[in-house]
Amino acid sequence: MAYLELDRVGKQFGTQTVVDDFSLAVGKGEFVSFLGPSGCGKTTTLQMIAGFLDPTHGAIRLEDKDLTAIHPAKRGLGIVFQSYALFPHMTAAENVAFGLEMRKVARSERTERVRAALAMVGLAGYEDRHPRRMSGGQQQRVALARALVIKPSVLLLDEPLSNLDAKLREEMQIELRQIQRTIGTTTILVTHDQNEAMSLSDRIVVMSQGRIEQIGTPQETYERPASAFVSQFLGKTNDFAATIDRTRAPALLMAGSWSAPAPIGLSGSVTVSVRPERIGFGNTGLSAKIITRIFQGNHWLFQCDSECGPAIVIRQNDGERQPVEGEAVRLAWRPEDMSVRGGASA
Amino acid sequence: MSTAAEQRSARAPWALTAPALMLFVGVLLIPLAMTVMLSFHDWGQYKGIEPVFILKNWREIATDPYYAEMFWRTFRIAIVTTLLTAVLGAPEAYILNRMSGRWKSIFLLVILGPLLISVVARTLGWALLFGGNNGLVNKLLMSAGLIHAPIPFMFTETGMVVALAHVMMPFMVLSVWAALQRLDPQIENAALSLGAGPVTIIRRIIMPQIMPGVLSGAIIVFSLSASAFATPAIIGGRRLKVAATLAYDEFLNTLDWPLGAAVATLLLVALVLIVVGSNALIERRYAEVFR
Ligand SMILES: Nc1ncnc2c1ncn2[C@@H]1O[C@H](COP(=O)(O)OP(=O)(O)OP(=O)(O)O)[C@@H](O)[C@H]1O
Ligand SMILES: [Mg+2]
Repeated sequence: MAYLELDRVGKQFGTQTVVDDFSLAVGKGEFVSFLGPSGCGKTTTLQMIAGFLDPTHGAIRLEDKDLTAIHPAKRGLGIVFQSYALFPHMTAAENVAFGLEMRKVARSERTERVRAALAMVGLAGYEDRHPRRMSGGQQQRVALARALVIKPSVLLLDEPLSNLDAKLREEMQIELRQIQRTIGTTTILVTHDQNEAMSLSDRIVVMSQGRIEQIGTPQETYERPASAFVSQFLGKTNDFAATIDRTRAPALLMAGSWSAPAPIGLSGSVTVSVRPERIGFGNTGLSAKIITRIFQGNHWLFQCDSECGPAIVIRQNDGERQPVEGEAVRLAWRPEDMSVRGGASA
Repeated sequence: MSTAAEQRSARAPWALTAPALMLFVGVLLIPLAMTVMLSFHDWGQYKGIEPVFILKNWREIATDPYYAEMFWRTFRIAIVTTLLTAVLGAPEAYILNRMSGRWKSIFLLVILGPLLISVVARTLGWALLFGGNNGLVNKLLMSAGLIHAPIPFMFTETGMVVALAHVMMPFMVLSVWAALQRLDPQIENAALSLGAGPVTIIRRIIMPQIMPGVLSGAIIVFSLSASAFATPAIIGGRRLKVAATLAYDEFLNTLDWPLGAAVATLLLVALVLIVVGSNALIERRYAEVFR
């Protein structure tokens, strides 16, 4: 059963529609990411859940209760802002204690819970530091502790890791995931980093221009993208124009000189997309020429010019001989590694 | 690098700042030193200024309760003015900061507009409204039968404080405004999401963060009010003197320059001590917010 439910939520600023027809059901304890390019309405959606903005249409329900009727201060959600929005005049412990104070938690219990929350995010001993004397990663942890200490029904994270450098971000991702799994708080994360969304979430909501493009597990969205936008946005991909020929038996799907048995129920011109790491060099398949090859440590990246346009191929650096620049190759992939879009139903 | 070039580059800053430095020394430091010197000279009705070194003027200021009262009044007016601008200006800046686009620029102009008008004109405006029987407001209220005598405004400390507060308000608003700009735009939402009500947000989150702005505004307003001349001269005239108007009178009416110089020097020293002292206190107290 849905714990948090967004039912055809929409938001307009004047005449501009920023979020449109957004429906999502989040299960208890689930970790869901909103993923999309800048300006697609992720923050706006999150702020509507938080109550800082009112939806123009639709309903938001938490445990079947209308959330929009509840004042933001009474919703009991934990929020981590992109800028952290820590209170600079308070120490780390005072920051974390603020939410408990507002809830009139007795002093002794408060001290204990603040200590536990800071210890959980790895900041034991930093109680008396002021935020401006802490590093970005430490501030981020204080913000997380401040949001979690009030035992929120839902944790909302608005690009909490985007201000950190790559290495720290990876560390914090692992930590965030562990913390979330341990305490089991339902979590919504806003991000425009596909790796972050994929490594953290149970499900990803891919958004574009205020609309949902696809909702699915990280694997589903990566391997079965519902639209060209999703396949382009989630990592590198190759889109080849192909045709399905139903005049012969068995029917064939053909992309250049690569062919496979046609999928059921489609005909005409289609687009096939294949991830670069799923393409191999073989004796049959799409003919292509290697334009550049780039060594990237654990893998090779090839940019090719194929009969169906430019193509990228990624091969593991497994010690085998790899083709060199200018070499003519054939590109092949297994039919189950591609997704087919478009075409007429047949 | 060669030593010659090093020497040249070491001289360069001095050479470049020399004109400004000379101006600074010429028009500020030398007259200031001369004023201090002057305060130790003697003066008599018939003999004029005698360049001797005596403590007569300083002794007079220290012993005659007239001066104590006058200095106390000067600082009392400055303190009340400062409090008034803080109490009105801080909320004003906060409201202004929350306004949206066009209204914000209109009201910012309304607040800063007075800075474009001469202090004399602005203070005379108050005099026109409240000045005795002929003041516009007084006339209206009296003809409406609401009051029987004119509201006492001219030659009162209240009048001086009101007029000064009006003149000084932009400095306070700008100073608080600058502090508000440093606030994280999501800070109120953060407090809200943790369960804080509007009063708590202002008291616990906003106030402590804009306090440095209020205090630095207060220092500006206090020092400008304590040394203000035009407003006290127009509202207080000869009857209600403050340090600046007293020094002026000693110089230009009594012609007792040495005594006027002593008053001016004392005012300057007191102000410098107060400002430097409170600045140090504020910086220590709000080290975390300032960084
Ligand atoms: N208060 C507002 N008034 C008018 N338009 C707004 C307002 N807030 C946001 N928008 C517009 O709504 C759109 C979505 O904004 P939003 O902040 O939700 O994007 P986002 O997906 O969070 O992007 P980012 O990744 O850059 O944070 C943008 O085009 C923005 O210009
Ligand atoms: Mg955003």
